[in-house]
Amino acid sequence: MKEPLMRAVLLFALLAVITGIAYPLAVTLIAGVAFPFQAHGSLVAGDDSRIIGSVLLGQNFTAPFYFQGRPSATPVTAYNASHSGGSNLGPTNPVLLQQVTGRVQALREAGVAGPIPADLVMASGSGLDPHISLDAALVQVPAVAEARALPEEEVRALVMAEAVDSPFVGTYVNVLSLNRALDRKGEEHGGR
Amino acid sequence: MTPPDPLLDAATAALFLLLVTGAALPFSNYIHRVFSGGVSAGLPGRIERAVYRFIGTTPDEEEGWRGYTRDLLVFNGIGFVVLFALLLLQGALPLNPGGVGAFDPLTALNAAVSFVTNTNWQVYSGEVSASYLTQMAGFTVQNFLSAATGISIAIAVMRGLTRRSTDRIGNFWVDATRSVLYILLPLALVAALLLASQGVIQNLDASVTAGPQTIAMGPVASQEAIKLLGTNGGGFFAANSAHPYENPTAISNLIEAFLILLVPAALPFVFGRMTGAMRQGWAIYAVMLMIYVAAFGGLYAAELAGNPLVGELGVSGISMEGKEVRFGLLGTALFATSTTATSCGAVDAMHDSLTPLGGMVPMLLILLGEVVFGGVGSGFYTITGFVVVAVFIAGLMIGRTPEFLGKKIEAVEMQMAVVTVLTPGVLVLLLSGIALALPGAMANPGPHGLSEMVYAFASMSNNNGSAFAGLDATGPFYALAGALAMAVGRFAPAIAMLALAGSMAEKKAVPPGPGTLSTASPAFAAWTVLIILLVGGLTFFPLLAMGPVAEYLLMVGGV
Repeated sequence: MKEPLMRAVLLFALLAVITGIAYPLAVTLIAGVAFPFQAHGSLVAGDDSRIIGSVLLGQNFTAPFYFQGRPSATPVTAYNASHSGGSNLGPTNPVLLQQVTGRVQALREAGVAGPIPADLVMASGSGLDPHISLDAALVQVPAVAEARALPEEEVRALVMAEAVDSPFVGTYVNVLSLNRALDRKGEEHGGR
Repeated sequence: MTPPDPLLDAATAALFLLLVTGAALPFSNYIHRVFSGGVSAGLPGRIERAVYRFIGTTPDEEEGWRGYTRDLLVFNGIGFVVLFALLLLQGALPLNPGGVGAFDPLTALNAAVSFVTNTNWQVYSGEVSASYLTQMAGFTVQNFLSAATGISIAIAVMRGLTRRSTDRIGNFWVDATRSVLYILLPLALVAALLLASQGVIQNLDASVTAGPQTIAMGPVASQEAIKLLGTNGGGFFAANSAHPYENPTAISNLIEAFLILLVPAALPFVFGRMTGAMRQGWAIYAVMLMIYVAAFGGLYAAELAGNPLVGELGVSGISMEGKEVRFGLLGTALFATSTTATSCGAVDAMHDSLTPLGGMVPMLLILLGEVVFGGVGSGFYTITGFVVVAVFIAGLMIGRTPEFLGKKIEAVEMQMAVVTVLTPGVLVLLLSGIALALPGAMANPGPHGLSEMVYAFASMSNNNGSAFAGLDATGPFYALAGALAMAVGRFAPAIAMLALAGSMAEKKAVPPGPGTLSTASPAFAAWTVLIILLVGGLTFFPLLAMGPVAEYLLMVGGV
């Protein structure tokens, strides 16, 4: 028994150092040099060079002059980037159906007509989904254009410019990028 | 939402499986060489020899099945003690920019058993509760070592089945060392960098404040790669591979699903090469592939049909609760199938929110014993248990002595195969029975609550680690019963299969005669599928009927 125990301790110590210290540090070093932007979180800075977020993480846009992203069920607050997670509500749970009903109602009140894309009223798995489908962006165009006092065509053109077509996924839009483009457009017009 | 295109998605899924198979074949040749040869030449060989000198062993110093089992239990025991201690002490240790405190002892016990047994069931949220040191030197280490343990057991079982008239099945220290140095580590390094290029983060930075958001950081890519490659599945973040920092793009998602399947898909072919008949490897692979394709098709179809209750509210498209836009239905279905066909348990969508039948598929794949590719190593040795049972039943039916690879299947082999096949099922039924009698931990009402509970014990007993995560598994019952399920579910089948291998190794092989049942034929592969479905179906049909099937009927009936 003594011999296997000694061997186990030695082999464990050795492999733990290799896989638990050397390997992650090597990846940190190489990724930091080869992909510095990605390795540090794909963070983007605003005009004053302060970090405004990550292109990979959604944010909680609630103002009427912004496109809103997916509902988020992260703990404490929506789009909590230090505690991710989904609602885990089952498909027949009355709470889920109540939530969806409420969100549909809110969109209707904001002037959204027609069928509502599911991704706009159902919470993402991570609670940090940065994307919405193209349809989910397009249904918001009239309301956002009105809040910004911009022509609908211009806002729609912005959406189309931000749309990414991904094979076997469909066409989707990064909400943070879209809203930033919208802000830039607003500045050109001397307002929002 | 752009509606999914089933034909295009089917073609893409077929291409994906073709890629997995195409990679598994040459990779199996490599694995076979790693474990059958002596110490290799050049620098890797010198490193390997240095390791053996350091711990005082040589590849020639082989053990019988008892010695092999003892060594792996001692090795895993040390892994458990160290991880448990690390979880309790992390607050006082370095690489902790978030200043997180110790795990409470019960959670630490559950988590340590979970990572040592390759389960990676998580009742804590990674980004909230674990320091970077814990993630690296605790969880990442066990991701490697539990996978290496699984591969070693599988290789030892293959040796036992193919060797003749010996009582030796290998040297665990050598097998574990080779699994890490030649297989897992190089692949993980490449995969981690590939994932980092897609946007998976890898840093030791403190969390970043951006307006109202505080963004958790950490060494994610290095853990992500091995978590998939080793079919571990424990997420750096609570949302696991649904989190954009773990799985940022449609491409990273497919890479991750590929990594989950790679090693388990190669092992049947390694076995084929060891027996000298690739047909034998193909037969086992075909069993896995048939069930995988059926499961993927079922999950995809169920999700495509969507949730009519939500549709009635004026909502269009498939149910998106718990899903991410960037993966699409194809990516979500491929990932969910791959992670539960194997013992991975990483998720890129919340399984709790899948449609009733869509969620039944992952549950069923886990309940079948994770033999569809299965865990790294454990998938192979568990399906071997099923193959032995299939040989035995077929032998009884056609009135011949049951033989596998020319060796007689006798009482010892059957006992061990039955232990392997039935242990997880017994654990699931007993423990979810007890759980049902206790005050509720379920998050969802009705039949879905039952599904949550059954899924939890299925996941832990079969070392998967995914969850219908609404379930509140933080109480002492789930911590302790869960730890028991994970430990017994891991080691009872492993030890039984090593015993089976030890017994088979001592036998002589009789050359096949005209009356020998071929275990490499398509007919036998189909028969094995039937046995797997029969055992799983008979054990779990009532539970599935009362859980997901009942919920499906409620859903289409309008609740």
